[in-house]
Amino acid sequence: MSTALAHGGGAAGPAGPVAPPDPVQVPTKRSPTALLLLLPGLVWLLVFFVAPIIQLLTVSLQSQFPGYPGFYYRDLNFGNYWEAISTYWPHFLRSLLFAGLATFFAFCLAYPLAYVMAFKAGRWRGLMMILVIAPFFTSFILRTVAWRQILADEGWVAQTLNALNLLPGGHITETWAAVVAGLTYNFLPFMVLPIYASLERADPRVLEAGRDLYANGFTTFRTVTLPMSMPGVLAGTLLTFIPAAGDYVNAELLGSDRSTKMVGNVIESQFFRVPGGYPIAAALSFTMMALILALVYLYVRKFGTEELV
Amino acid sequence: MGGFREAQGDLKIESVTKSFADFTAVDDLSLVVPRGSFFALLGPSGCGKTTTLRMVAGLEQPTLGRILIGDTDLTGSRPYERPVNTVFQSYALFPHLTIRDNVAFGPKRRKVADSDKLANEALELVQMGHLGSRKPVQLSGGQQQRVALARALVNRPEVLLLDEPLGALDLKLRRQMQVELKRIQTEVGLTFIHVTHDQEEAMTMADTVAVMNHGRIEQMGAPEELYDLPRTAFVANFVGQSNMGPGEVTGTDGDALVVDVAGTTVKIPKSRSAVTEGALQFGIRPEKVKISRTRPEGIGNDVKATVLDVSFLGVATQYLVQVPSGAVWTVYEQNLDVEPIDLHPGNEVWLMWKPGHAFAVPAEEEAGA
Repeated sequence: MSTALAHGGGAAGPAGPVAPPDPVQVPTKRSPTALLLLLPGLVWLLVFFVAPIIQLLTVSLQSQFPGYPGFYYRDLNFGNYWEAISTYWPHFLRSLLFAGLATFFAFCLAYPLAYVMAFKAGRWRGLMMILVIAPFFTSFILRTVAWRQILADEGWVAQTLNALNLLPGGHITETWAAVVAGLTYNFLPFMVLPIYASLERADPRVLEAGRDLYANGFTTFRTVTLPMSMPGVLAGTLLTFIPAAGDYVNAELLGSDRSTKMVGNVIESQFFRVPGGYPIAAALSFTMMALILALVYLYVRKFGTEELV
Repeated sequence: MGGFREAQGDLKIESVTKSFADFTAVDDLSLVVPRGSFFALLGPSGCGKTTTLRMVAGLEQPTLGRILIGDTDLTGSRPYERPVNTVFQSYALFPHLTIRDNVAFGPKRRKVADSDKLANEALELVQMGHLGSRKPVQLSGGQQQRVALARALVNRPEVLLLDEPLGALDLKLRRQMQVELKRIQTEVGLTFIHVTHDQEEAMTMADTVAVMNHGRIEQMGAPEELYDLPRTAFVANFVGQSNMGPGEVTGTDGDALVVDVAGTTVKIPKSRSAVTEGALQFGIRPEKVKISRTRPEGIGNDVKATVLDVSFLGVATQYLVQVPSGAVWTVYEQNLDVEPIDLHPGNEVWLMWKPGHAFAVPAEEEAGA
């Protein structure tokens, strides 16, 4: 450090390579205390995550005793997966599409909101934050039921739209739009909070530096503000997309029986209502998990910004 | 660049006032900074110096008055329309961009060809060429400071603003950067306006220093002038140290005022006093005072005092002495010879100084320290 910077009197020779400041020394020896502290968490994961997932995997490969619905034997029946995918591929597509749309709309709503909260709200910031979080104090299901009533055919929203001839089908509920709207609403805070956190942490001087260096308001947003908030955007989109893709409550309460079912609904009915549906439900769950993992991997690889502060 | 305004010449601040909701940060300030000079705005925090800088950058707009470069009126224009760049106190580097892209940001926005080449040259100028592909978080404070400087310099602005740029660095690094900033300014020949609360920093680098207090300029001039002949009590205490005491003009003796300071008669050249009659504040710098055990002859001003404390500082020895008015003065004696200090607390001594070293400023209520 000091040698590289010591060149008084205008010496213009290139300074030697300068090492970045040493990060805090991390003890490399494994201490028994650290392991002991990790133990409860590891046990928890083992009992409530690893064991059930292995159990689910074995169930997804089981075969039925012919003629005895509801009785299975251990097997490596990959036919379950084939059946799940070939029968329910439209539901997979719908899940990904609805979750994708909900993520997109949530982003469009959340970014301006987070921006205003971080930079413009002043003393209203706390109140806005409470308003964003307040819905969490009510049950997820209750809120979705409430939306069903708000959007119902007899409700003023549908009636007004109908009166204005703006509702081609005559209904809001029982449509894909209602499901996507419900998903968007329910996962909005998960989009707002990470984006807000990343914007709020930004030094306002950095945004001023953008304007000082010949970027107008829009260019500063595009080249400085948005890229700086990318970690928040990434976290927000993942926190919205992943649970939305696996959701079945919104499709159940706001959608129709025919055209808006998502994978979650199929899994639910296969597990709880269809006799002998366990292996298919398990195979559906595993396929969905693999699909989401693959999509998230591609997404993070494309937009990941691991070196950001 | 739609609204970009080319402008060349001196920076002129004409009767600028900036009021916020409940206070006036800058109060009817007028100032001309000659093109190519290194100018320092010096003052305590809250004196309006940073607000003045931000108005020149366009990050704040004046409530009243105008800001011009040469004959171009920049009042009301946006920061990105001005040929002015800022080095921020917190450096404000773009965390998502590499060092080279940070520096190339300005040229790219102005669609300058070869912006990467310009960025590399600017990085060489601040001796950071080898770190172009790093990210800001990977650099130390001093290195980030150099990058912030390069990012502003690369645009060759008509005026470069430095907002306490060395504030976050440790003392040794700050000293090195002071010398280097001066070198770079001489090399590129741009107008630098440097805001600081550190009088030593301002004096080391600037051609001209403006001392600000309460949104106004108290005194402006070359560092030597400010130090040698402060015109207000605030400047006398903020720029270096002063021994001061209230006095009353009792008469004149040729070119000198005869002043009574707490019972002691002293002489001050008329040219060194901002007041010619009535009450004033008498002042003398600590190193201009000689200390001796016996009453000196014929030097001019002297006063008897009692030693309170002696501290050895290396290049000098600092004495705290009590003068008859009860005030405690500081006296520096250079350590020219290796001889033991033979003065101790409680000793009676005589203080003396040449009348030409004394000065007087108006006896204000807000006399500071």
